Amino acid sequence: MSQEHPEAAGRPVTTTCVVEAAIALVLLVAGIVVIVESRRLGAGWTTDGPGSGYFPFYIGLIIAVSSAAILVQALFGKNRNRAVFIDTAQLKRVMSVLLPAAAYVLAVKLFGLYVASAVYIALFMIVLGKYSWLKSIAVALAVNGLLFFMFELWFKVPLYKGTLDPLRFFVR
Amino acid sequence: MDEIGALMHGFAVILTPLNIGLMFVGIILGVLIGVLPGLGGANGVAILLPLTFSMSPTSAIIMLSCIYWGALFGGAITSILFNIPGEPWSVATTFDGHPMAQQGRAGEALTTAFTSSFVGAFVAVVMITFLAPLVAKFALKFGAPEFFSVYLLTFCSFVGMGKGSPFKTLLSMALGFALAAVGTDTVTGQLRLTFGQVELMRGFDFLIAVIGLFGIGEILLSMEEGLKFSGKSAKLDPKVVLQTWKQLPAYWATYLRSSLIGIWMGITPGGATPASFMSYGVAKKMSKKGARFGTGETEGVVAPETAAHAAGTSALLPMIALGIPGSPTAAVLLGGLLIWGLQPGPLLFVEQKDFVWGLIASMYLGNVVGLIVVLSTVPLFAAILRIPFSIIAPVIIVICAIGAYTVHNAVLDIWFMLGFGVVGYLFKKIDIPLAPLVLAIVLGDKAEDSFRQAMLSSQGDLGIMWANPLVGSITTLALVMLLWPLLSKGLALLRSPRPRKSDDPTPGPIDTRVT
Repeated sequence: MSQEHPEAAGRPVTTTCVVEAAIALVLLVAGIVVIVESRRLGAGWTTDGPGSGYFPFYIGLIIAVSSAAILVQALFGKNRNRAVFIDTAQLKRVMSVLLPAAAYVLAVKLFGLYVASAVYIALFMIVLGKYSWLKSIAVALAVNGLLFFMFELWFKVPLYKGTLDPLRFFVR
Repeated sequence: MDEIGALMHGFAVILTPLNIGLMFVGIILGVLIGVLPGLGGANGVAILLPLTFSMSPTSAIIMLSCIYWGALFGGAITSILFNIPGEPWSVATTFDGHPMAQQGRAGEALTTAFTSSFVGAFVAVVMITFLAPLVAKFALKFGAPEFFSVYLLTFCSFVGMGKGSPFKTLLSMALGFALAAVGTDTVTGQLRLTFGQVELMRGFDFLIAVIGLFGIGEILLSMEEGLKFSGKSAKLDPKVVLQTWKQLPAYWATYLRSSLIGIWMGITPGGATPASFMSYGVAKKMSKKGARFGTGETEGVVAPETAAHAAGTSALLPMIALGIPGSPTAAVLLGGLLIWGLQPGPLLFVEQKDFVWGLIASMYLGNVVGLIVVLSTVPLFAAILRIPFSIIAPVIIVICAIGAYTVHNAVLDIWFMLGFGVVGYLFKKIDIPLAPLVLAIVLGDKAEDSFRQAMLSSQGDLGIMWANPLVGSITTLALVMLLWPLLSKGLALLRSPRPRKSDDPTPGPIDTRVT
């Protein structure tokens, strides 16, 4: 399959049915957890009607049964999808967004939404977009300025300033 | 005609300078959302929902529904100019819309798309005006079993009408219900599925899920594909618009047919995406020029756009009349109603007349405003699309993070959003549909409440779901929908009996019982 795209330089990492089976397995476990937890909460009939786990019990059952069915289809089905799920080049591109995004959320906790967002946008543009420092910082500041006006001033929705609150100097 | 009077009252409610202004803002934001990759109607409305908390419910819903109309319009711009459907329901528009643009008929294609959207929406709104009050009046007689059977029908139709594996639809739906169950049990006050985590007591907010699944997931998908924009420039001069408008009445039959397909798919939770494909397919079969579809036929733009907009609009009918949304975006709007302290459902027509008729009136006006805005601002939005993805992507992630944070002012929710993003990306890649999941998170508590009330009144006897002809027929219909994948397989076997062995020509007994 991957030969059809000569420009995609990546090697195939895994096939779709393998990923399907892995996700189905995880969700099968989740379904069993829901069933067990619902039974603990009371999945039957209590003195004043159906217990707290009455409805979730059946939900857990549906999760478990359908993920088991998907697992079987993905592993042994006749028409299981053997197409490449992702190749190394694609995986690299996805991770180049996902990992910085995780770092960004971590930074939000410390420095607040405004500072973290500005740094994130600027770095994203410099590293992935290969823009000049000047241009990147200008865009980052402009976007954050606009957000600040929109949220803090126009709609009066204060955003998170972080545990370190680096913007406290600006407080009136 | 009570409805006309009520509608006029609705116009009186919304025709204030503030509301008209909000309409324009909503449409522009909506088109922006529709144009930008990674932002769709559902998560766009979810992100902007917290901004409306300080408004009156009527103003808020006007702005939010206009964002919705705008997003429906916006999807067409990217499809035609760049061959990139901004929304899933505009995929079918690319088939003929982009070839038209390549032939230098971009203006004509855009005018056709916008006008068709407008017509589809208009027919659907007229239908809502006259049908919604009737449905609501009828639904006032509903008890808990009836409501649960309607919920059941909603979810079972996903299974019956979905294209992929029915198990995947079931799984997605049940996961949504399980996520909705996390937190405090509304009936007994017991903590459920929190596993001792204080932060989980809040439960999973559907807004966070929507922003993650549709926003972050979409970004990851676009990134994987290595998105690149290269498209036609667009100028809409009034002459082209007028010329196109002169041709369009010739397609009146396509308009009518596509509107009906859209309305049907919108009310049943099929949604705008299958509606647009189905309408395109039907038009291709029934048109004299069917063989030329895909090479830049005007009718190939008319059909999907009319149906998508009719479906998107009529998805609001069950939301207003029954409190059951027909699409993820309608589900987000419904969540908004709950946040503003309104109880969605048939009682809205009795208790919140101003609100309901204001909303319906805003559908008429919003679409007129929408048509004006999109016809006049296409070059602007086309220019936005030329901004490189390495600038747009981080900005969209930042906007999503802010949207997730503002729901509960909790940083942990941003983590959840990121998690939902990964889930959305993986699910999209292995064809697990996301709409049932979102709808189940929104409706989870309400569906469970009505189920428990029904069980309580019958002392646990499931027979109450067939206690009277009304609830019985809805429940039966729901089960038919649920088993439809099996039934249709059986029917197909019956119609074309494969001669497996020459001595066994009769189909099995199970197959015959199916009919």
